[in-house]
Amino acid sequence: MTTQDTELKAQQSATFAWGPFLRKNGGLVALAVILVFNIIVTPNFLQMQTLFVNISQVATIAIVAMGMTLVIATGGIDLSVGAIMALAGALAPLIFLSEFGQANPALGIAAAIAVPIVAALACGLFNGILVANLKVQPIIATLILFISGRGIAQVLTNGNLQTFSNPSFSYLGTGKVLGLPFQGWLALLIACVLYLVMTRTTFGRYVLAIGGNERAAELSGGPVKRVKIGVYMICGALSGLAGLIVVAINSASDAARNGNLMELDAIAAAVVGGALLQGGRAPIFGAILGAVIIQLVKYTLLANGVEDEVALIAKAIIILAAVYVQQARKE
Amino acid sequence: MLDTDTFDLRKYLSRNPQSVAVWVTLAALILFGLLRYDNFGGAYNITSFLNYNSMFIIISVGMCFVIMTGGIDLSVGSVAAFTSVIAAYLSPYGIEVALPGAVLAGIGFGAINAVSVVVLRIPPFIATLATMLGAKGGALVISGAQTISVDWGSNFTKMGMEKALNVLPWSIVVVGVVVIVLWVVLEKTSLGRTVLAIGGGEDASTLMGLKVHRATAFVYLLSGGCAGLAGVILASGFGAGQPLEGIGWELSAIASVVVGGTLLTGGLGSVTATVAGALLLGLVFNILNFENGRGTISFSAYWQMVIRGGFLFAVILFQARVMAGREQRKEAT
Repeated sequence: MTTQDTELKAQQSATFAWGPFLRKNGGLVALAVILVFNIIVTPNFLQMQTLFVNISQVATIAIVAMGMTLVIATGGIDLSVGAIMALAGALAPLIFLSEFGQANPALGIAAAIAVPIVAALACGLFNGILVANLKVQPIIATLILFISGRGIAQVLTNGNLQTFSNPSFSYLGTGKVLGLPFQGWLALLIACVLYLVMTRTTFGRYVLAIGGNERAAELSGGPVKRVKIGVYMICGALSGLAGLIVVAINSASDAARNGNLMELDAIAAAVVGGALLQGGRAPIFGAILGAVIIQLVKYTLLANGVEDEVALIAKAIIILAAVYVQQARKE
Repeated sequence: MLDTDTFDLRKYLSRNPQSVAVWVTLAALILFGLLRYDNFGGAYNITSFLNYNSMFIIISVGMCFVIMTGGIDLSVGSVAAFTSVIAAYLSPYGIEVALPGAVLAGIGFGAINAVSVVVLRIPPFIATLATMLGAKGGALVISGAQTISVDWGSNFTKMGMEKALNVLPWSIVVVGVVVIVLWVVLEKTSLGRTVLAIGGGEDASTLMGLKVHRATAFVYLLSGGCAGLAGVILASGFGAGQPLEGIGWELSAIASVVVGGTLLTGGLGSVTATVAGALLLGLVFNILNFENGRGTISFSAYWQMVIRGGFLFAVILFQARVMAGREQRKEAT
């Protein structure tokens, strides 16, 4: 979504009734407001550097938020995304810094990306089985890994910060394609794939059907359990990928901080992007819009010298407002 | 005295397998500890154990009420951190001012949750998540991100450091009284019955003419107040308001409630079993500490999280099996 698109839509709105328009396009309006505010207030906002920094930061939120959107579309929630990021992020350096990784750099890198993603998939499988087969509520089911996932990551690394210098792995977080961060393109690619999956496949239709009415989906013979497990696995894998990107950006893995509070950002982004917590809607590009808004709010506060603590309160208000607007729309 | 006409032990056991399992496990762990470690039954261990776990008992009981209505309160840890700072600021005026002041602050956050859930109809887990962020930010703002030392001259630190009649720590006495009051509220009042009815089915409860909104608001105010009390004990016991404390407390509380057998879908729950659940979780870590001390195992602090999660997993598996069995029986009849 470009700035021009947004402003164009904002201008057209003058001819519409405001209420319904705001409710339908709240996210875009919010984005426009933040952009205009920044252009006027924040020093050096219209710089390539600003765009670059924000894209490299927003990609991880967007990637996780898309997975979260799928989970929320089935009426679930995944609190373990941050912990899975920490786990994946802790595994990668352990692998490419190991003797095997040092001896076979190419294989080491491949394993350092594949193994953490497989581990993240396994975490998603665990969540999915609890939710789909054992019928545990998603909040509680994912709470288990939320608590212990980060603990496992810290046990693996003994709580140490792992620093490294590995240009090929760091490409995940610092590489450039056409002058823009690699992970931004990656997020866009994932969005396109997920969009096709959601609109063109039976899997996608079942995700929405489960969120709309799980019992009906089950009675009509749908593979409800498999689809549910599937969305948690996708969410897990995307979280793992995001964890790798964060580690690549920092050239360091800190199990205590990687992905900390990411579940909040991801849920907020999904909801701001138009996902309904009751399920039944999966706005993939909405999740990206939501992530961009969350990131820009963070950036705006930071760039204008607002303390982190106050930024937390601001985030709380955004989440409440977004969900409230969603609820109002439904009723 | 047990009235044999109304109390059938076998029936009780089959209806509350988990509550019974919790008490039996608790007794077994205490026995194990007493036999294995010399200082386990010593005054020092018991006092510090009760002092520390009184905070978790009280937030768990508050959480139990919320969960019985089918809700959840993720803000308790941050609220306790916030109120510990308030308590520290009020400590020069003595415990008689600091305690009500901090509890009121906690109830204030509870009120925000109640309004979000009852009036704005925001799902509890999102509403309290936002309060969690807000309280955390608020605690850091009012404390300047520093621990706030309490006034050692006043009677404030008595609560967390001294014993009533030289027997039990004040903290556990106060918490015990509150828990008993709440037990009475749940078991003997119409408010308590309404709380359970909401969890059983909110729409049905409304149709039956129960004051659903009032009871729902009550549980969030209560949970906030309980977190406020935990904040007072925190500040009093450690001699400082701790804006960074409370991380993960909501998880411990939820785990205690679940371990105690309260169904997370609401509609069923017990104050006493929740207390047992909190004690059980505390005891597991107490025993792990003793094992660490003996050098049998060497668990880093990071294992705590893993074990806590594993514990929750085990309980959830247990609950899922119990529920599945119940459904099968229902279908069979």
